[in-house]
Amino acid sequence: MNTQNESLQELQHIKRMMERSTRFSSLSGLSGIAAGVCGLIGFWMAVNTIAGWKRNHLDNLYASRDIVTDRLLIIALATFAAAALSSFIFVYRRCKKLDIPLLGVSARRVIINMAIPLFAGGLFILRLATQGIFDLIAPACLMFYGIALVNASKYTLEETRYLGYAEILIGIINLWILGYGLIFWAIGFGVMHIVYGIIIWMKYENHPVEQYEELQ
Amino acid sequence: MNNPIQNLNKVFDSRVRLGIMSTLMVNDEINFNDLKQLIDVTDGNLASHMKSLEESGYVKVSKGFIGRKTNTTYSVTKAGQKAFQQHLNGLEQMIKTMK
Repeated sequence: MNTQNESLQELQHIKRMMERSTRFSSLSGLSGIAAGVCGLIGFWMAVNTIAGWKRNHLDNLYASRDIVTDRLLIIALATFAAAALSSFIFVYRRCKKLDIPLLGVSARRVIINMAIPLFAGGLFILRLATQGIFDLIAPACLMFYGIALVNASKYTLEETRYLGYAEILIGIINLWILGYGLIFWAIGFGVMHIVYGIIIWMKYENHPVEQYEELQ
Repeated sequence: MNNPIQNLNKVFDSRVRLGIMSTLMVNDEINFNDLKQLIDVTDGNLASHMKSLEESGYVKVSKGFIGRKTNTTYSVTKAGQKAFQQHLNGLEQMIKTMK
């Protein structure tokens, strides 16, 4: 009886080590929620800025264009920074709690596999912007981000793959409804992150750490 | 029926070595520091366990440099894969027969 239990424990230990060395499983659902909320706040600020611009400069919309694009760019950068920072904080906390190294092998794999499509996408989007093809920027962001998620999902929680599919799909739909990039952006980067975050949180975090070990 | 214990490998009779082998089975190669972090042991402890795995011919060591720092990476050998697979089968049998 005792050796049976020991064998079982050994097998579980083996499984856990295999998991732990290949998958970065200390993503936090709260990160997703925080990033999504930042995205929605950014969306709201952008919409207000555009509405204000149209209201106040009715007579010379074109002339005041630069001011508003500068402001939108600042909002976009601030949103990105806030989302990145807040998700980092929650992942950091989760790592501490589960006693998993923040920049271990598996985490580095996630980062590299995210970074490659994002880098390619970033250059592509930069060229779109310099060529003045603004309508394609939002779909390109969504699609490249989705591809990056699908690519990295092998090394982290499997739900990430479905978030990736969703982002790609939203990007594709946006391709045929051009000119509404901001709304698709809000759905893809705001709403989807919140949904994903809630699912992850319910599944992995809504119970004590001891149970988490069994879940894996 | 033969005794299932005979399939269990004495070399893997330690949590640390089991952890090392499990990690190497699913990673092409891994360096000393990452392994140390994953298994959560001290330098000396890991080194001595690695030595015995290396002596059994289950693990291959390659030493290189990153800049001026030494970078030691480990990978599992064919013999190591086979031995570990056998050990897993042994554990499985153990659980089955004692039901």
